[in-house]
Amino acid sequence: MHRFANPTRFLRLAAAVLPFSAAVAALCLGAGVVWGLFFAPPDYQQGDTVRIMFIHVPAAMMAMGVYAGMAISSAIALIWRHAVADLIAKASAPIGATFCFICLVTGSLWGKPMWGTWWVWDARLTSMLIMLFIYLGYMALWQAFDDQTKAARAAAILALVGAINLPVIKFSVEWWNTLHQPASLITMSGPKIHESLLWPLLLMIVGFGAYYLTVLIYRVRAEIHMRRTRMLRLAQADRHAAMQAAE
Amino acid sequence: MSRTFLMLVRRDLLLARRQGGGSLLSITFFVLVVSLFPLGVGPAPETLERIAAGTIWVAALLSVLLSLDRMFQADLEDGSLDQLALLPLPLSLVVLAKTIAHWLTTGLPLTLAAPLLGLLMQLSPDAYGALIAAMLLGTPILSLIGAIGAALTVGVRRGGVLLTLIVTPLYIPVLIFGVSAAEAAAQGFSYSAHMLFLSAILSGAIVIAPIAAAWALKLALD
Repeated sequence: MHRFANPTRFLRLAAAVLPFSAAVAALCLGAGVVWGLFFAPPDYQQGDTVRIMFIHVPAAMMAMGVYAGMAISSAIALIWRHAVADLIAKASAPIGATFCFICLVTGSLWGKPMWGTWWVWDARLTSMLIMLFIYLGYMALWQAFDDQTKAARAAAILALVGAINLPVIKFSVEWWNTLHQPASLITMSGPKIHESLLWPLLLMIVGFGAYYLTVLIYRVRAEIHMRRTRMLRLAQADRHAAMQAAE
Repeated sequence: MSRTFLMLVRRDLLLARRQGGGSLLSITFFVLVVSLFPLGVGPAPETLERIAAGTIWVAALLSVLLSLDRMFQADLEDGSLDQLALLPLPLSLVVLAKTIAHWLTTGLPLTLAAPLLGLLMQLSPDAYGALIAAMLLGTPILSLIGAIGAALTVGVRRGGVLLTLIVTPLYIPVLIFGVSAAEAAAQGFSYSAHMLFLSAILSGAIVIAPIAAAWALKLALD
């Protein structure tokens, strides 16, 4: 792990991984979308609306998975002052927030034909919404500091506090939901999923994961280059000032 | 060590009293927000009774949020935070002392004002005990979690809005258990489970929040 605290080494590893992750993402997403949208049979109860699942479920899994990854890299960054781990956490947040948003939008689109309304205060919808707010708070905290090392540490503390809190929030929302809502709404967890729908779903999940990895690599790489450019510009300005003073 | 700790609590209480108005303002805001609800949803007693506990909790939560941004800000501005960091006391205990003082000047007065608002909102007579007990357990959690947010945003421009954005999602479990305790009591059920959950969250927060807030404060100090 410490080998990759050096950005140059990380960039070399990233360049090696990138073609594979991009290829896996393109193949799985392409195959999964075609299979899921055109070849998988419609559900016997939900008809064609079940196809929303192929976007919705992987997005939900990734929204949670990305937060877990963010919390782990924040812990690594805080404990070992690992420079690249900070960048990974920072680069992950907008991706995770987007997955979270996609999950909410597709859930809402799915809810309209199934539940007859765009939004219900279902336990899972509610905890996803709260998770989106936590992502947004995390991103806003990064923006608030001028000093990037301070921003990184503050954001890492928040990510960890959020990680401790998320299970409590999830649990409390489920508890609240069972008290307030009739259970009739939650028909989604009904029959076990059939094989003909399972395979395209698995393909999409792998595809979403690989897509995340690909975008993450691009974002971390951009961040490293941006910081280097800034350092070079600062050095240039220093030289310039020194030369002017000498004249 | 405990003497220093108590002196810190007393210092903050004294500051709050001399600067004046802090708790009174929170309580006024609390009453004001609650009194907006009958205007918003209509004065029908059944409606008010249905939303009473939730309204009181949401208003209390907002009042605590408003009071958070001064928690460390004043000490940072006049330099006393640097002095506090030099104390032989660990910074996490300094944070805990300030959090206790914050609770005594906001959470506790809000809890004491809650029965009056219960009257205004037609709260069911059976729910008063549960509401007060839940607020006594819940408002310290609000101060503790708030301390983390306040410490993270202490040196930041426009920290106030950011603070609310960070802290509000973390307050949701307290709101849920607090309101459902009062609702369970109103319907004649036992509310001990809600109390146990609030106690569990409080015990966790007492351990974790001062440490996390102290880490965050160290950032503002270097």
